[in-house]
Amino acid sequence: MSTTQTKPQKNSFLAGTANYVDERVGASGILKEFGRKIFPDHWSFMLGEVAMYSFFVLLLSGTFLTFFYDPSMAIVKYDGVYAPLKEAMISKAYESSLFITFEVRGGLLMRQVHHWSALLFVAAAGLHMLRVFFTGAFRKPRELNWVVGFVLFVLAMAGGFTGYSLPDDLLSGNGLRIIDGMIKGVPFIGTGISSLLFGGEFPGHVVIGRLYALHIMLIPALILVFLAVHLFMLIIHKHTHFSGPGRKDTNIVGYPLMPVYVAKAGGFFFIVFGVIMVISTFFTINPIWNYGGYDPSPVSAGTQPDWYIGWLDGALRLAPTGMEFMIGEYTVSMNILIPLTVSLLFLALVAIYPFIENWVTGDKREHHMLDRPRNAPTRTAIGAAGVMFYAVLWAGASTDLIATHFKMNLNQVLVTMQISLLVLPVVAFIVTKRICLALQRKDKEVAIHGRESGRIVRLPHGEYIEVHEPLDEYELYKLVDFKDYQPTLARPNAEGKITLGARVRSSLSRFYFQDRITPATKTEIEQARHHAHELEAQVQKAIESDK
Amino acid sequence: MKQLRRKINGLRRSPKALGIVMFAGLLVVGTGYSTVSAAVSPNREVVRTQEQIDLGKKIFLANCASCHGKNAEGTQNGPNLIGVGEASVDFQVSTGRMPGAASGPQLEVKPVQFTEEDIAAMAAFIGSLGDGPSIPDAAYLQANGDPSAGGELFRINCAMCHNAAGAGGALTQGKYAPHLMNSSAKTIYEAMVTGPQNMPVFNDANITPEQKNDIITYLTYVQNNDSVGGEELGSLGPVSEGLIAWFGLLGLLIIIAVWLAAKSN
Repeated sequence: MSTTQTKPQKNSFLAGTANYVDERVGASGILKEFGRKIFPDHWSFMLGEVAMYSFFVLLLSGTFLTFFYDPSMAIVKYDGVYAPLKEAMISKAYESSLFITFEVRGGLLMRQVHHWSALLFVAAAGLHMLRVFFTGAFRKPRELNWVVGFVLFVLAMAGGFTGYSLPDDLLSGNGLRIIDGMIKGVPFIGTGISSLLFGGEFPGHVVIGRLYALHIMLIPALILVFLAVHLFMLIIHKHTHFSGPGRKDTNIVGYPLMPVYVAKAGGFFFIVFGVIMVISTFFTINPIWNYGGYDPSPVSAGTQPDWYIGWLDGALRLAPTGMEFMIGEYTVSMNILIPLTVSLLFLALVAIYPFIENWVTGDKREHHMLDRPRNAPTRTAIGAAGVMFYAVLWAGASTDLIATHFKMNLNQVLVTMQISLLVLPVVAFIVTKRICLALQRKDKEVAIHGRESGRIVRLPHGEYIEVHEPLDEYELYKLVDFKDYQPTLARPNAEGKITLGARVRSSLSRFYFQDRITPATKTEIEQARHHAHELEAQVQKAIESDK
Repeated sequence: MKQLRRKINGLRRSPKALGIVMFAGLLVVGTGYSTVSAAVSPNREVVRTQEQIDLGKKIFLANCASCHGKNAEGTQNGPNLIGVGEASVDFQVSTGRMPGAASGPQLEVKPVQFTEEDIAAMAAFIGSLGDGPSIPDAAYLQANGDPSAGGELFRINCAMCHNAAGAGGALTQGKYAPHLMNSSAKTIYEAMVTGPQNMPVFNDANITPEQKNDIITYLTYVQNNDSVGGEELGSLGPVSEGLIAWFGLLGLLIIIAVWLAAKSN
C-alpha cells in the first residue's frame, strides 16, 4: 500500500482558487519566475528592507491620520480638552492635530507611529545608501538604480519636511519660516517664488493645504513609483553578493524567494512594525501641544528640524556672515546662497558618483561581487570624507544644544564646527585611506604566509621561528578575490592630441589607484607555501633528532 | 554722607514719619490709581524690622561685601546693589546663584548657602538701601490663573530664550537661559521683575502681576504634567528624537538583522 500518494483533492478550495487564478493571469509562471529569485544572506542587505517596511507603516498610519486631519488655516477658538490651550485662537490644522492627539482613540499613538517611522524611513534609507556605496554595489549594471535610490532619498526628505509642517504648530512654523527665508534669499526670483508658494506674504493662509496635497498625494505616489522601479531593477540585476568560495560575478549564492525569503521578509516586516510600535508607545515625539499654534511673532529657542533636514539647517548656521552685497536694488545674501549651493553640489556629487568612478576606472565589466570597503581604499576614503562633511553639517544644526549640554561657549562651538567642516573631511579621507591600505597589507601578509600560530620553534642552528599556519581555501578566497585597478595614462586620441578630459581622467586615476595594494597572486602564495613546507620539514627533522 | 544717612534714618523713626508716610500713601493712591501698574511690582506692605536689617548687614559684610562693596555700592567685581530690591536678593541667594562660585559668563545654580531667615535678612538690608522690586505677593504665586493666556505670553516673551517647553536654550559667549522645570513660582516671578543676569526685566507695565500669575500657572502645569506621549527626551525636540531614531530604532533593528542573518548560516 502506498501511503505517500495523496488523493487528488477535487473540491479543495485552495486548489480551485489557485487553478482559477493560474488559468486567468498565469500565476504559476509569475511564481516560477519570481519565486525562484535567489537572495544572498547578509545583515547589511536588510537595511533597504527596513526602509521599505517603515514606508509601509507610514502609509498605514498616515491613512489613519488623514481621517481626522483638516489642512485648513482658518482660525478657530480651541475648545478641546488640553487645558493650557483652552480658548486659544489657532488654525483648524493645529486644532485637528490636537484633536487627533487628545481626543481620537489611539490618535496620539498613530501620530507617534507615523512620525517615528518617518525618522526611521529616512535613516534606514540613508544607511542603505552608505552600504551600497561602501561595498561598490552601485557599479555597472546598477548605476541607474543608484540614481533611483538617490531620488527616493530626496523624496523621503521632501515627504518628511512637508509632513513636519502640517500640524501648524510653533516649531514647524519656525521651520517653514526658515524655508521661506531661504527661498527669498535666491536673488531676483526668490521673492516671487515665495509669494507664489505661500499665496502672498508668509505665512498666508494656503500653504498648509498645498503642503498637504504634496504630502499625501504627489510625494507618496512618486515614492511608490520609484520604489517599484527600484525593486524591478533589483529583480532584473539580481542581488549582489560578497565574495566567497563558489561565488562569482556570473552567479548568485543564497536562498530562493519562495519560500525562504517570503517567510523571512514577512517576519521581518512585523519585527520592524513591532519595534516602531514599542518606541512609539514609550517615547514622545513632536509634542505639538507644548509648542502652541503657529504665530509668526514668537520663535522658540532650540528650534531644530527633524534629523534628515538637520544638515541643511547646519549649513545655514555654519555659513559665514557679513558677506551680503547689493546688485542694484537686489540684496544678494551670501549667507543663504553659499549653504544652498554647497548642499546642492553635495547632493549632485552623491547622485553622479557611480558615473565618476566608472569614468575614472574605465571599467565596462559587470560587477555582481561586492567589494570589501578596504579593497577600494580611495572610494572608501571619499565616502568617509563625505560622511564626515555631512556629519559636521548635521551636528551644526544643534550647536545651541551642544553648547548648553556640554557647558560650552556657543560662539566657540560654532567656530569649531566651521573649521571642522573644512578640516575633518580631509583628515577622514587620509586616515581612512591609510587604514584601508594597512588592512589590505595585513590581508596580503596573511594570505601569503598564513596565520600566526603562536608556536615558537628553535631550529638546530639556534634560530627561533614562529610557525605560520596556511589558510584553508575558504578563508583564502575572501582575502585574494578582488579587482586590482592600475592608474591609467593619458593617451592621445585619434587625432593624436591629448585632450584636457584625458588629462583630468588620468590624474584622477592616479589619485584613485596610485598607492594600491595588489592582491596576493597564486605564484606568491605557492612560493610561500613551498617555503613553509621546507621550513616545516626542517622543524620536523629537528624534532626527530631531539628524540 | 554718613551724617545725611543717619539723619534720614533718624527721621524715619521720628513721630513725623507717620504723617509723611500717610501723605505719601494718599498721594500715590490718589494720583497713581489710573496710571497704576507702574515700574515696580505691587509692593505688599513691606515688613522689615531693624533687627533683620542689622543681621542682614552683618551677613552682607561677611559674605558679599568683598565684591559688592561695604555699602553695596559695587566694585569692579560685582554690581551696585542699591535699589535692586528684595526680590533680586531672594532670587539670587535662594537659588544658590549667589554667592557666586566663580566669575564666568554666568552664575550657576548650586546648593543654597544660607537659611531662609538669613536670606530674608539680607533682602531686608538691601531693600532698606533703596526701593526696588520686593518679594512678590503670595496672591500671585498660587498658579491659579489662566494657563492658556499664560502659555501664549510665555511663547511670545520667554520662549525665544527658554524654549517653548521651558527646556532652556543657549545665549552668546557661554551664557544660557536655564530650563524652568524645577523653578518655583516665586523664583519665576522674581526673575521676571528683577531680570537677573542676561534676562530682561518684565515690569508690571509690560506684563501685569495677573499675567505673571498666568505664566506661572502655565509653567506649573507643564512641570506637573508629564508628556502624554511617553518619555519626554528632555523636551529637546528633534535632536533627541533623531538620536533615538538612529540609536534606538535603527540600532535595534540592525541588531535584529544581524541576528536574523546569523541564524540562517
